[in-house]
Amino acid sequence: MGLMWRIFLVLLLAAPAYGQQKFITVASTTSTEQSGLFKHLLPAFERKTGIQVRVVALGTGQAIDLGKRGDADVAFVHDKEAEEKAVAEGAFVDRREVMYNDFIVVGPKSDPAKAKGRDVVAGLKKISEAKAPFASRGDKSGTHSAELRLWKEAGIDPQQGRGSWYRETGSGMGPTLNTASGMNAYALVDRGTWLSFKNRGDLAILVEGDKRLFNQYGVMLVNPRKHPDVKKAEGMAFIDWVTSAEGQKTIADYKIGGEQLFFPNAGKASEVNVGKK
Amino acid sequence: MHSILEAIRAAVGLIASGDATLGEIVLLSLSVSLSAVALATLLGLPLGAAIAVGRFPGRRAIIVLLNALMGLPPVVVGLVVYLLLSRAGPLGELGLLFTPPAMVIAQTILILPIIAALCRQSVEDAWREYEEQLRSLGAHGVGAALTVLWDSRFSLVTAVLAGLGRASAEVGAVMIVGGNIDGVTRVMTTTIALETSKGDLPLALGLGIVLIAIILALNAAAYLVKEAAQRRYG
Amino acid sequence: MILPLRLESVAYRGIIEPLTLELGAGPSTIILGANGAGKSVLMRLMHGLLAPTAGKISWSGAAPRRHQAMVFQRPVMLRRSALANVVYALKLAGVADAHRVAMSALEEVGLAHLAHRSARVLSGGEQQRLALARAWALHPEVLFLDEPTASLDPTATREIEALIRAFDAAGTKVVMATHNLGQARRLGDEVLFLHQGRLVERAPVDQFFSKPVSPEAAAFIKGELPWV
Repeated sequence: MGLMWRIFLVLLLAAPAYGQQKFITVASTTSTEQSGLFKHLLPAFERKTGIQVRVVALGTGQAIDLGKRGDADVAFVHDKEAEEKAVAEGAFVDRREVMYNDFIVVGPKSDPAKAKGRDVVAGLKKISEAKAPFASRGDKSGTHSAELRLWKEAGIDPQQGRGSWYRETGSGMGPTLNTASGMNAYALVDRGTWLSFKNRGDLAILVEGDKRLFNQYGVMLVNPRKHPDVKKAEGMAFIDWVTSAEGQKTIADYKIGGEQLFFPNAGKASEVNVGKK
Repeated sequence: MHSILEAIRAAVGLIASGDATLGEIVLLSLSVSLSAVALATLLGLPLGAAIAVGRFPGRRAIIVLLNALMGLPPVVVGLVVYLLLSRAGPLGELGLLFTPPAMVIAQTILILPIIAALCRQSVEDAWREYEEQLRSLGAHGVGAALTVLWDSRFSLVTAVLAGLGRASAEVGAVMIVGGNIDGVTRVMTTTIALETSKGDLPLALGLGIVLIAIILALNAAAYLVKEAAQRRYG
Repeated sequence: MILPLRLESVAYRGIIEPLTLELGAGPSTIILGANGAGKSVLMRLMHGLLAPTAGKISWSGAAPRRHQAMVFQRPVMLRRSALANVVYALKLAGVADAHRVAMSALEEVGLAHLAHRSARVLSGGEQQRLALARAWALHPEVLFLDEPTASLDPTATREIEALIRAFDAAGTKVVMATHNLGQARRLGDEVLFLHQGRLVERAPVDQFFSKPVSPEAAAFIKGELPWV
């Protein structure tokens, strides 16, 4: 027993010293983190400002809720509608557009529903007609909201297929893809997650390039009037940097296998259609 | 089978490479779980002994409750602690959310019933043997409970190890209160969950093998210490 | 002086019927009876481990708890050394210089060479001797013994009996439950005979065995010693 105590003490002393450095808490999404962007982007910011960025990765809805509760300083998510609503409610301030990436539809290489092409709405129609299995995140995330908007545009209510071909996993992009891979289903996925996903099984990219598949990222500060403990100065430093020329270039420089994942567009009037009507 | 072989290769590769991030993650996992075990032991052993030896109204209900709490779902504990430590919650001012101490708190709450309930059973069994002699010698109350507690120390090692096993294996609580922040609150189990969700199953399994190996080593060490001491004391 | 001990109409559940007796200093008292007669329960009532459900038990003098000790049929030792077990009892009683007193008690019973051995690895006979050493170290006025040699072999039994005789000679009041008639004759001065929870006969030891007054006692002796 005495030995255990000694080991514990050593470990306690060896434990990383937290709270000594300046830091901010950024609520972001699992797909953004899993794309590897933060590992590339954040060290540059830290080097420049000495502020450590702690990313808590959740679904977009949860990330926004985290900010509303004041448990984060900044939100970095991709659901413009939800973000603007949160700002209108007064939960956040200073929303700025940062970058966009795109979604793709993946599915079994054999493409039983013949969904392949550039038109995502047509593709979804074909999937629904063929009653081909489709794995949805079903988790209030930015990806999920985008998916629902596309179904709506196609004039389809996917809930009709609930329990048969439309499968809601209620989880993040990775687990949903695991499920899709496991049952050879179609799925809507952001390109970043797809590029770093290793368990593809028989899946391949079937629909891409449709303008409606573009996915806008925004960054915003938790409203200091609602939560006085918010690290306003450091949070704004992050927002300013990520939308500055330097930050934007760092984003553009992030590549997987030579392919750029995210396209910086801060300050530009959003020509990009986020897929809503 | 293929994935499992890949996983073993990944595990060996990880350890052999002496990867710094892996080292950091292992150290954090151990320090969080061992701290939780230490705290839960400090609180749980006296609690279990007191219930075992004491006689008070509602004792049986408390024993049933304590036993039931052994099955507390980690994710529920995580959620409750999160709501307590959130800035919107009662203890938000402490600023503990998303830090290792929050994880220690959550795990302590999770394993306290395990250690206390198993201790209670051990001490109650021992008390049956010791009670008359101790009372004859004039020991009672807290003193008698502590005497029996110390005398049961070898069985109690098992209770503590059960707590350690639960703490190091759980992911639900530390994920919610820790936030799985890279370099700050990322532990082995949350890393495994992350790699799994990224689809890197061999790596996830490899990490799992590393985790199990560490726990196995800790258990083996505890067993050898216990055996040596038991031979001496009987 | 905590003796005499008075029991007035003391009963315990259905096991001990209302019983009145007085134990004074001096003669060693044997509580005799068949299994289930209530010997162990009576001992525990007297020592205070059980509370009577009727009647009153009173000691004379102050702090009766302090001046008694009990040795059970199976010795209960803590997981520590023989010496530490005796020290534990002494410290509980607030005895000063516990180590020295404990060591001398171990010497009295011939266990000094095993002082630092773990108590639980000692043989049955050695553990019982240790229990006696523990009791002896406390210098009790009354020593209760509940069938102390029932689990021991003849050699160990002889050793224990010798120690009990020594206690008696030193002035301790010995109260011992047994069903071993030979032992009763060897160690006892008077006999309290219990039958189905009642005190049926009380007599000096020689008189009890040669001329038992009650039919139950006569039957018991005959049952144990059919040739009488």
